[in-house]
Amino acid sequence: MNYLYFPGCTLYTKAKNFDQTARNCSLLLGFELIELPNWTCCGATFPLATDNLMALLPPARILARAKEQGEILTTLCAICFNVIKRTNHLLQRDGEKREKINEFMEMNYLGDLKVLHYLEILKQEIGFSTIKDKVKKPLNELQAAPYYGCMLLRPFEEMGFDDKERPTLFEEFLESLGAKPVDFPYKIECCGSFQSVGSPEVATECAYRILTSAMKQGAEVVVSTCPLCTFNLDQKQSDILKAHLDFKTIPVLYFTQLLGVAMGLDPRTLGFEQNAVDPIPLLKRKGLV
Amino acid sequence: MKIELSRDKVHNEFAKKVEWISGQNLFACYQCGNCTAGCPVAFAMDLGPHEVIRYTLLGLEEEVLSVNTFWLCASCLQCSSRCPKGIDIARVMDALRMVILRKKERRDYLQISEFPEGFLERVPQIAFISGFRKFLS
Repeated sequence: MNYLYFPGCTLYTKAKNFDQTARNCSLLLGFELIELPNWTCCGATFPLATDNLMALLPPARILARAKEQGEILTTLCAICFNVIKRTNHLLQRDGEKREKINEFMEMNYLGDLKVLHYLEILKQEIGFSTIKDKVKKPLNELQAAPYYGCMLLRPFEEMGFDDKERPTLFEEFLESLGAKPVDFPYKIECCGSFQSVGSPEVATECAYRILTSAMKQGAEVVVSTCPLCTFNLDQKQSDILKAHLDFKTIPVLYFTQLLGVAMGLDPRTLGFEQNAVDPIPLLKRKGLV
Repeated sequence: MKIELSRDKVHNEFAKKVEWISGQNLFACYQCGNCTAGCPVAFAMDLGPHEVIRYTLLGLEEEVLSVNTFWLCASCLQCSSRCPKGIDIARVMDALRMVILRKKERRDYLQISEFPEGFLERVPQIAFISGFRKFLS
């Protein structure tokens, strides 16, 4: 089976390694990501002001166009997933807003598309046991900290991804790859998100707390599902080093990069050169590359 | 600070505006402080989210609009998820931003020209788009 795929603004540039590894892994798992034609940016924020219909238009258009092509839309980026899924939820339930938006778009979308994150495709459509069978290079009990962040989980009533306080889906995924998931108290805590633009020092502090919390629990690597979390947790480690003299760096990988390692993909195709903290020494030490 | 309470003050126009934009009932708040306790950026805020709600209900418009609280909110929804009274506090924070950004004088929070050199090249698109949408009118 193939799935319609919405890449979003960052997946072609700063998070190319996320996009490429997901596409390559899906082929090995027996499905293909079919890129949505003529996609536009989702807006990268779900509008929280109740009267802001304008900001709902980009995700609504994406949904309406996707519905013309298939029944399931998948994303990799957790923010795209949140914006598109919440908009879908709103279009399903709020008839008045749906009518207004459809009239403006000159389309007729009813909110009947299924929006799934790539991790959900892996769990619900492929199955973690199938993935386990297809793993060529088990991750050798690599201590991996699953960082959920906020956008996959909240608001629970609309996202329905997993338990809002103690999710386990990501842990199950890492276990199927032969890694040892590390439970840490900051796994659902925000990385500072777009504050890295408005108040970078605040986002740096958030990242410091998350990373040290993971390391205290024994993590060797932090695993992420979002290009913005990855920017804050990985690229900003150079800023953390300036602010906290006790800080030690730790590699941050996209979950699809780890999946690629476990599926036996050539490490040169996993885009490690885009990761700010080089994960190769760790992977070498573990006998994985 | 001495504040005189009156019915008019509690049902003030500013609070009504915030309630209207956010779609939330501020009077549901009983000041438990759960929002502030779980907020990942509360350490840098002038007032905690629960205090901002209280100030708003007291009609302290000028004081509320001058704090950094709602500018620092990252809309991570931890507060909304944990509020025992079901207030979507992140929506209240966004409404406060809107009260300022929708004013005619366009008081943007970010000045793009003031970004340090090399910053634009470093930060991913996703951060700019969401940041600009939150901070610019």
